[in-house]
Amino acid sequence: MSRYFRARIKSNLPLNRNHRLLSLVNMERMKDPLPGQFYMLEVSKGNDPLLKRAFSLFRRTSEGFDILYRIQGKGTALLSEMKEKTELDVLGPLGSSYPAPVAGETPVIVAGGIGIASVYSLIEQVRGSAYLLYGAREKDDLFMLDELKAMAREFFISTDDGSHSVRGSVIDMLKGFLSERTSSEQNIVIYACGPRPVLKEVASMADAKGIRAHVSLEEHMACGIGACLGCVVKVKGQEQAGEGSSLYKRVCKEGPVFDAGEIEW
Amino acid sequence: MNLEVKIGKLILKNPVMTASGTFGYGQEYAEFIDLNRLGAVVVKGLSLLPKVGNPPPRIIETPAGMLNAIGLQNIGIEKFISEKVPFLLGFDTSVIVNFFGDSVEEYVKAAGRLSSVDGIHGLEMNISCPNKQAGWCIFGTDPKVTSQVVGAVRRETDLPLIVKLSPNVTDISLMARVAEEAGADALSLINTLTGMVIDIKKRRPVLGNLTGGLSGPAIRPVAVRMVYEVYKAVKIPIIGMGGIMSAGDALEFMIAGATAVAVGTANFIKPSSTVEILDGIVSYMEAEKLEEISSLTGAAHAG
Repeated sequence: MSRYFRARIKSNLPLNRNHRLLSLVNMERMKDPLPGQFYMLEVSKGNDPLLKRAFSLFRRTSEGFDILYRIQGKGTALLSEMKEKTELDVLGPLGSSYPAPVAGETPVIVAGGIGIASVYSLIEQVRGSAYLLYGAREKDDLFMLDELKAMAREFFISTDDGSHSVRGSVIDMLKGFLSERTSSEQNIVIYACGPRPVLKEVASMADAKGIRAHVSLEEHMACGIGACLGCVVKVKGQEQAGEGSSLYKRVCKEGPVFDAGEIEW
Repeated sequence: MNLEVKIGKLILKNPVMTASGTFGYGQEYAEFIDLNRLGAVVVKGLSLLPKVGNPPPRIIETPAGMLNAIGLQNIGIEKFISEKVPFLLGFDTSVIVNFFGDSVEEYVKAAGRLSSVDGIHGLEMNISCPNKQAGWCIFGTDPKVTSQVVGAVRRETDLPLIVKLSPNVTDISLMARVAEEAGADALSLINTLTGMVIDIKKRRPVLGNLTGGLSGPAIRPVAVRMVYEVYKAVKIPIIGMGGIMSAGDALEFMIAGATAVAVGTANFIKPSSTVEILDGIVSYMEAEKLEEISSLTGAAHAG
């Protein structure tokens, strides 16, 4: 069972103008992924682009796993053109995972945009017990709403332009949710993935209310396995310790899921 | 078939090494390949004290390459000795430690400390420090200083001493000769080429350090040319590196004049790159009916 294996594309379906759902079948035995972990996928056979691309696990399937991705650069554009039966090199599952909520904790899951890809398998894992707050730019950028509704304890949706549900950001929703429910719900623990500014807001809100928050970060990566030290994020409180190398943590190894309070935003 | 090559008094079981900074301390790759198959593991550059490295972003992809500005982040020599060397001792491969300092004294102290440790088979001096602000790093660009620092380290250690040269100089053959005269047993070339990428929306350089070191296939022809030139200028062995992705690339370096090769950026793309390159070299030797790998070194200069 290796974390470096070949996979075959079963399907690579367009979900809207710039999002795709990629279904991969592992051709060798693979390790079971945990919610929040990620994969490095080969997107080109040549030297340009050179590096593999990092994608969150979307969900485990009976034949392999799915990736939900947004086309945003050369690598993802090439991936979007890959046909069924194409074979590619895969490295993973990699990195840390969302720590499962313990008994008595109430999971509140926050997804901004494509961040839904990272938390989806967590929602599956805690099926029925999590409050889900999902925000996107517009109606077209919301995915898997029926599935999510069926799995969430309560489901809140917002769009920046008001084209679906409430107009506003996922942060507005979280603010409202916390002010309303903090007293009634026991031991809220937040799980969040989305754009960096959203996660920063989540972190400061959680800090102000004394709530634990787990956030999944994104960085450009070269190796994905902790060797190149290219994807680091600054963490708090190590500045004077002389323990130089701990001022930064690797998103690919210690992350991508971090305790929000640990990050120097 | 004989794959052994000699780097000073150090005999490598085959010519395929890892390039410093692309292979962690070996542990990161042990899950993916059999480290016993490597000619040598060259670990991430170390300094006497740990270094925090540069602020992010630290890497950016470029056409057929990447720029990195890690800033020599490392755990420091003592932690390496206590935490990483015991792991590396478990493998039948040569361990070469890349190291650097901020002053001649630091280089000397680092070399002395590393030379006292069992399980370290060679030292590679980084005098290139490509990610430092201009004006700071002169160890690899000013021949007088290069001679001084290499000579001082030479007097401090009996381990095979490899000097890793910077390509960011006008005449790399001159730098090679200086290092050889100062006592180097071998030369590694090339380190990364200094480059920059600009974010046109922010109108600023992308990297936190502004500049970074370019690696990957984009730099390979430059590296091959430099190995070819340096081979003519010195008698000591050359370890060739710079964008080696395949066995064919590795063979180019050897034919240009390298005794061994180091695989760098390719490790990021395919963790099994080193062993696949080794397999490819063996296939080439079989196809070409070669008995001695060392007979390829500098073959381009014959006749």
